[in-house]
Amino acid sequence: MVEYHLTTPISEADARKLQVGDIVYVTGEHVYTARDEAHERALHLFEKGEMPPVDFEGSVIYHVGPVAWQKDGKWKIVSAGPTTSIRMELFEDEFLRKYNARIIVGKGGMGAKTLEALKEVGAVYCSYTGGCGALAAKGLKEVRAYEWQDLGMPEALWVITAEEFGPLLVTMDSHGNSMHDEMDKRVAERKADVYAIIGIE
Amino acid sequence: MNSTSRWTTKADVDIMKDPADVLQDTVFRLLKMAATKLPKDVEDALRTAYENEDNETAKTQLGAIIENIGIADGGIPMCQDTGIMIFYAKVGYDFPFMDEIRTAVENGTRKATAEVPLRPNAVNPIVGGNSGDNTGRKIPWINWELVPGDSLEITAFPKGGGSENVSIVGMLKPGVGLTGVKKLVVDNAMRYMGKACAPNIIGIGIGGGADIAIKIAKEQLRRPLNDSHPEHEVAQIENEIFEAINATGIGPMGLGGKTTVLGVKVDYAMRHPASLPVGVAVQCWAARRSTAVITKDLEVTYLTHPVEGQ
Repeated sequence: MVEYHLTTPISEADARKLQVGDIVYVTGEHVYTARDEAHERALHLFEKGEMPPVDFEGSVIYHVGPVAWQKDGKWKIVSAGPTTSIRMELFEDEFLRKYNARIIVGKGGMGAKTLEALKEVGAVYCSYTGGCGALAAKGLKEVRAYEWQDLGMPEALWVITAEEFGPLLVTMDSHGNSMHDEMDKRVAERKADVYAIIGIE
Repeated sequence: MNSTSRWTTKADVDIMKDPADVLQDTVFRLLKMAATKLPKDVEDALRTAYENEDNETAKTQLGAIIENIGIADGGIPMCQDTGIMIFYAKVGYDFPFMDEIRTAVENGTRKATAEVPLRPNAVNPIVGGNSGDNTGRKIPWINWELVPGDSLEITAFPKGGGSENVSIVGMLKPGVGLTGVKKLVVDNAMRYMGKACAPNIIGIGIGGGADIAIKIAKEQLRRPLNDSHPEHEVAQIENEIFEAINATGIGPMGLGGKTTVLGVKVDYAMRHPASLPVGVAVQCWAARRSTAVITKDLEVTYLTHPVEGQ
């Protein structure tokens, strides 16, 4: 396990160094929130040959629907823990291939399609501790823009400057390893022992 | 209760408290406390879990949770999913302001949504659209219970979506017995792994009927973590399921470790001879609940989150 402090934009070489089990803290301006609808819109724009409002190359894409509020005309993230990532499995592989994001952050892990795209593009998936909205907000220092507001607060594209945003745990890397798949296997192996405790032979 | 009699209590005459204001303010405070500070038993359990884990990943996850609790600390929501609004109202037959409760809960919820702030989480399932203030048809949901006495015990229980999504009701064949009940709960845990933001608390309701079983299950989530069921046989089921789920190694956030559940709570109702309903309610580590008692004289005592000086 290695601890990295990375600054965005993140290069493919840096992303490929990361291994399952590593801890990452991110600083920089290329940090964006995106849930189902933002992914869908970004892919749609690409198909139409239009540019999204931000540059996703080397970015950190955070699966989150934040609580934010406006004070003195400026938006501020109040609480922003991760949402369940598997919903974005529908879009993430294409998104990675088209936009070259380097770190996807969420909770619960993603599937085989995303794992394959991470390998191909040179990117990782990191798990952020579910429910840690207040801690995450501390690392999401500044809101520079609130794009795609028509999607509503949770689904919009929040453009963020991060400072030591983490700890992000690499749970899927660009070498085909997934801690989530590994956990499924380990728990399945323990099933007989677990059943024995409740009296099932 | 007619509307004039509420002004006849001595406390009201003395300090002219407006019951609507007191109730609404209490609801607001309960929601703010629930969203921003865990009850002590839950926080203690998370700290103990952190000490007990030797798995590095589990320690990182629990460490982040504990740091997060410290930052939230009564000021900002610990989790961005501030839940759907659920309340439990235990009302004394002689509590003089019963007709004020629903309006106070709604208004207190609107105020908390704007001022804590809470995420607007009330979506119309038929025509779509978010009401924007956490209220709407049947929400906040209030679980009513009438009891002897003249005070109101009210609990705010905002419930997150991730853990709710893995709650289930199983209508088992009675022949499978208690082993079948335990298997249902354990299999469910091994299916959702860490997706409900483990470590979890699991409430189990056995018997009654489909609705009764899940209602009992959810009520268990309000029990203090360090209690066990007064009936030995039930307490034993709690312990067995607790041991079994923690033996899976799922761990905090499903990333491995000893702590998958912080508590398993079981209760039951008599069942129909042909049915064995089992409700399984799952709670994330952010087990938000706060309770206050309001007397007929409008004195408020906060039980889960004591206010200094009380």
